[in-house]
Amino acid sequence: MRTLYTWVCILITVVAAAAGDVLVALAMRRIGDLGELRQRHGFLAVIARVLSSGVLFGGVFFMAIAFFSNLVGLSWADLSVVGPASAALTFVTNALGAKFFLHENVDRRRWLATIFVCFGVLLLTWS
Amino acid sequence: MTLRKYLVILAVVFFGSVGDAFLARGMKHADAIDIHHLAYVFVALADPFVILGIIFLLGFMSSYMTALSFADLTYVLPATAISYVVMVLLSIFWLHEHVSAQRWLGVAFIVTGVGVVAGGPSRTEHPATRASDPAHVSDAAIEERG
Repeated sequence: MRTLYTWVCILITVVAAAAGDVLVALAMRRIGDLGELRQRHGFLAVIARVLSSGVLFGGVFFMAIAFFSNLVGLSWADLSVVGPASAALTFVTNALGAKFFLHENVDRRRWLATIFVCFGVLLLTWS
Repeated sequence: MTLRKYLVILAVVFFGSVGDAFLARGMKHADAIDIHHLAYVFVALADPFVILGIIFLLGFMSSYMTALSFADLTYVLPATAISYVVMVLLSIFWLHEHVSAQRWLGVAFIVTGVGVVAGGPSRTEHPATRASDPAHVSDAAIEERG
């Protein structure tokens, strides 16, 4: 039964993490390069611009759900199981989210890298 | 990609993997959380290792947001996947978990994936004229609003 709970936790973590990543990436793209902004407008302006983004807080909310779900999962299984399993599935859902919601150019190189990383993470999980 | 940007990616790797290891160590101290008493997860927040883990994950979050401000999500995620290799090393030397040959093969795949994505462009260029695209706001528009 604990295995089932662990995988439910992993599923919640994956969905929430993907939603969080896509929303945070969208917010940061709208805000712009933080390094350049800091050089032009100063550190406080960067903080103000980041804190004024509602999309960012939406992303952080989903990331918090993923965090607590991950924490519960870690109490039931090893880090070397929960961490990689969540990550492998999150890589695929994130790539899809980035392609369809963020309109990123997910070319052959990035799919190949995603598949390599995903497969590597699965090997870590299933050993 | 400048040296500063590579350092930001490195900071994502460092804070993420060390933070996760602290959390795992802290959660090993706590009893397994009962499905009917999920609120006990908040009790685990008092563990010093969990607190350290959260501090490191705040560092992870700020460096991750900085990375996403200059690079695509599909670049940042595979590029920072090297943190799983760090996690395996921490599992061996700190948490004393067993790492088999199959896991080392997994590590090799991850390193290859990171190498593949790191050689490509970090950012998708969106035409500045696409003002109607909610995913794109030009720098000029940001300046205007600021």
